[in-house]
Amino acid sequence: MEVRKLQKSFWKKLGITLLLTVSVFGLVACGDKKDDQKTISVYNWGLYIDPNVLDMFEEETGIKVQYDEFSTNEDMYIKVKSGGSKYDIIIPSDYMIEKMIKEDMLAELNFDNIPNYANVDDQFKNLAYDPDGKYSVPYMWGTVGIVYNKTMVEEPITSWNALWDEKYKKQIFMLDSPRDSIGVALKLMGYGFNAENTEQLEIAKEKLIEQRPLVLSYVVDEVRDAMLAGEAAMALVWSGEGMYLTWNDENLEYVIPEEGSNIWFDSIVIPKDAPHKEEAEAFINFLCRPDIAKLNVEEIGYATPIPAAQELLAPEIKDDPMGYPSADIIAKCEVFRDPGEFLSEYDRVWTEVKASK
Amino acid sequence: MKKKWFSYPYLLWMLLFTVIPMALILYYSLTDTVNGETVFTLANFQKFFQPVYLKVLWHSLVLAFYCTVGCLLIGYPMAAILANQHFVKKKFLIMLIMLPTWMNILLRTYAWMTILERNGVLNSFLGFFGIEPMQFLYTEGAVIMGMIYNFLPFMVLPIYSVLVKMDKSLIEAAEDLGANRIQIFRKVTFPLSAPGVISGIVMVFMPAVSTFVISRLLGGGQFALIGNLIEQQFLWVGDWNFGSALSIVMMVLILLSMAVLNRYDKDKEAGGSLW
Repeated sequence: MEVRKLQKSFWKKLGITLLLTVSVFGLVACGDKKDDQKTISVYNWGLYIDPNVLDMFEEETGIKVQYDEFSTNEDMYIKVKSGGSKYDIIIPSDYMIEKMIKEDMLAELNFDNIPNYANVDDQFKNLAYDPDGKYSVPYMWGTVGIVYNKTMVEEPITSWNALWDEKYKKQIFMLDSPRDSIGVALKLMGYGFNAENTEQLEIAKEKLIEQRPLVLSYVVDEVRDAMLAGEAAMALVWSGEGMYLTWNDENLEYVIPEEGSNIWFDSIVIPKDAPHKEEAEAFINFLCRPDIAKLNVEEIGYATPIPAAQELLAPEIKDDPMGYPSADIIAKCEVFRDPGEFLSEYDRVWTEVKASK
Repeated sequence: MKKKWFSYPYLLWMLLFTVIPMALILYYSLTDTVNGETVFTLANFQKFFQPVYLKVLWHSLVLAFYCTVGCLLIGYPMAAILANQHFVKKKFLIMLIMLPTWMNILLRTYAWMTILERNGVLNSFLGFFGIEPMQFLYTEGAVIMGMIYNFLPFMVLPIYSVLVKMDKSLIEAAEDLGANRIQIFRKVTFPLSAPGVISGIVMVFMPAVSTFVISRLLGGGQFALIGNLIEQQFLWVGDWNFGSALSIVMMVLILLSMAVLNRYDKDKEAGGSLW
């Protein structure tokens, strides 16, 4: 009796499991059917938009937005490259856009549908990663610099050399991001932020190994809490983090060293297989409207490439020379280029730096 | 006959989630994409045998070894004490050991960061006694400590489950025959608990050698361990072939170490071993 009951319930469970499996597959297969509704799928960095903007867009245009987030360019690339996920809008960084253009993954934009593109500052158009400006519209930009604690560092920092100053042994945070940390070493050795050959990388490697004993730790997101807690005297950070830290602790100061820095862009693109290209272009147009761009900047703290939006910001934000550096500083900054296969050399060098202890 | 039917869903499960992924990893590790074409090659394994990657592997093994020894030294007495408690108390204490493992490993590790940092709990505590703040976080010691903390239950539980089933009359017999406590431990208790110790060692060593979260957070990304290297290949470089080769090397190493341990595990009946 007991056994039969058990068996019966087993078959019941198995049946339910099978039913569920079939229905999940069924749903996936039927997923395309909803297409005739106007819905665009957007794939953006985590915490990188004002959520109200999406509602406003839906209200104004009647186009629904399905919104997904990624945490690194590489995550996004692997997901999009493997296919199956049909996004209409993606917002990756410069070097990744260059790679995607090379691999023919992006659609050419129809700028007739994006009149607000005229709002974008001309100096941010047609940059090296998209030289003809056919595929991308800049969304946010920023730099890399040093944030330092004025109570622990006596003299103002002006140079990348500060990160190699013996005085601050075990009080320096570096970025746990091979391209940024190696880039700074390259710059200091007189090269550009993009290594041209293995020799330059080897020289940068020696420089970073020399710095190893001074570095307290290689961090990314932890840097916010650690700098606010006074864990270290200085840190290599992206400008958004730098701005956030200076806004939250008056003892912290963000600088872009005088040698010049890396300037990066996150730009809006449409993948080649996007099902709703026209609606996606309407979305890009919407994001380029000054009042909308202003909302996004206020939410996330990075710099907008739209001057009319910058004008709408509070004076202490829009006039901050470190958040919105002047043209002559920008002129000294370089954009990251896609290193292609060379990327694995960066990885090897970085591993050697890490393993050098 | 019916018995066979029962196993089919499990077979399907294993095929889908064990056999096929393993085959994929093996395939990736033995191939490379050259000019858009996939070719079979051993280059990925060859790449691994460069000094820098061997150094990374060696460092991972050393850290995992320290962690395992630490867990054994702390875990064995803990398990022995637990096994000798009254039933109700025992259940409660086991619960206390298990409880932290219900919490996410990231959260537990972040908590240690708060304790160990320069202006953290530990340094403030030492400050009361006039001791200057020391650098605990971002050191090798912090990584090993984090590993021991996270993996200790995996050592305690298998040893405990063997000790608690042990026949107490054997110890009484040894006492009757005039053995002192050290002799009893060396000749009776420890050999009988060996299967638990071995599965404890395996269960601690394996996650310890491949961890990347703990070394990233508590070591501050200063220590390139094999787990970090694999993560880097997949998420940053996008070199799935080399990443797969690294994973295969790891798996072979773990298999080998288990085989070695297995030789010392004579009492297979006790069911403590994974082999």
